[in-house]
Amino acid sequence: MALVLAPEAPLPNWLAALDAQMARAPTFFDGRPVLADLGALPVGTPDVAGFLSGLEERGIRIIGTEGAHPSWQGVERWGRPFPAAGKPGRPIAIPENVPKGGPPKPESPTMHSAPVEPGSLLIDQPIRSGQSVVFEKGDVTVMGSIGSGAEVMAGGSIHVYGAIRGRAIAGLAGNPKARIFCRKLQAELLAIDGVYQTADDMPGTLIGRAVQAWLEGEQMKMAALD
Amino acid sequence: MAKVLVVTSGKGGVGKTTSTAALGAALAQNGASVVVVDFDVGLRNLDLVMGAERRVVYDLINVVQGDAKLAQALIRDKRLENLSLLPASQTRDKDALTPEGVERVIGELKEKFDWVICDSPAGIEKGAMLAMRHADVAVVVTNPEVSSVRDSDRIIGMLDSKTAKAERGERIEKHLLLTRYDPGRAARGEMLNVDDVLEILSIPLLGIVPESDEVLKASNVGSPVTLSSPTGAAARAYFDAAKRLAGEKIEVVVPMERKGFISRLFGRRVA
Repeated sequence: MALVLAPEAPLPNWLAALDAQMARAPTFFDGRPVLADLGALPVGTPDVAGFLSGLEERGIRIIGTEGAHPSWQGVERWGRPFPAAGKPGRPIAIPENVPKGGPPKPESPTMHSAPVEPGSLLIDQPIRSGQSVVFEKGDVTVMGSIGSGAEVMAGGSIHVYGAIRGRAIAGLAGNPKARIFCRKLQAELLAIDGVYQTADDMPGTLIGRAVQAWLEGEQMKMAALD
Repeated sequence: MAKVLVVTSGKGGVGKTTSTAALGAALAQNGASVVVVDFDVGLRNLDLVMGAERRVVYDLINVVQGDAKLAQALIRDKRLENLSLLPASQTRDKDALTPEGVERVIGELKEKFDWVICDSPAGIEKGAMLAMRHADVAVVVTNPEVSSVRDSDRIIGMLDSKTAKAERGERIEKHLLLTRYDPGRAARGEMLNVDDVLEILSIPLLGIVPESDEVLKASNVGSPVTLSSPTGAAARAYFDAAKRLAGEKIEVVVPMERKGFISRLFGRRVA
């Protein structure tokens, strides 16, 4: 689970825009691992390492870089650079362990695949202020409410049968198709695949109502469900 | 069997100590043997509210560290012989409390009393964690305002995860005590109303204590409000809350604004 920042040249302008964003949501990056996707920067960009230090000075925790050009100095300090190919933050296919004991049985034709672990998480009590639920494997369903100052992060969609008063972050592992559903929208922040909206940006007509949120391109859309 | 009750809130100044004293006295007035324990080491107040500040010799820290016996530190109330106080130390800080020591003292208190009521310090640090650690029942004291409600939400989360009961996989019984409730301000929308608070916190309501001069006066004369003005609205709210804690089913009444003749005539507050 990581947020991905994709800076564009010229870097000082991009940093200024980031500062403006951070002024609106000062705690957004608190304690969150961040990947810097440097793939969009031209090879001749000056002082990329200095730029990364600049991010750290803003309290952004860089756990790795990707798409860095080999000629840039000092970039390797920020974790192991990810290969430039592939889309950022996608889950990597890990070969399943071969089950122990006995030869593997031939699969019956009706069975597509045997689920090893459930791809969803059900929480049947309220999520209280200060609590954080992270579930990268899939959807999270909350029977109660997400309290103010609490957060739920899911690799898939988030379904809340109460109110969202805290943060709901869906599509963690780079899933733009993830959605957020709730019975009552009073959220401090909603995010899908790195695109987020704070309470200030949400349409006032939807506050307090049953709402779903989804992504259209790089924009978060919201609509009432009732 | 003895029950350990923690009175907690997260936020300071919402009425934990006042409620500890009032609930402790009310339970004792109903015949149970009760001890109230001040966990606010370094900022002790419960002795003042109970009117016992001039009789403190040994305190919780002395007992926890083994410097004094429990019997030496307990102060019996002058008005109710089945009500006792275990005061906190004003000169030490919360680091002097050890988990093992607290567990031993709570265990000893459980043998002597029906109710062990722990007055938690504000905050979510060590002192508050130790106060709730061995509780069977929690009373979450909340004012009808957003900051208090959010802090209470946080504390409820900790009651469900950090207490000994929660770690054994059991559920701690939690009750909401809404204090400093001003019916007039709630009616005008200047405060959260009862339904809002209950919806956010979603734990059962133990009682609603109206904002009252009697409570303030009681603290200043060193007497729980259930003893100093037992017929007042605040005291009646605490009596009912104590009965509910003891298992009685009594409906919670939301206090309404009492209007005078003139204001009723004009349908608006004069002042």
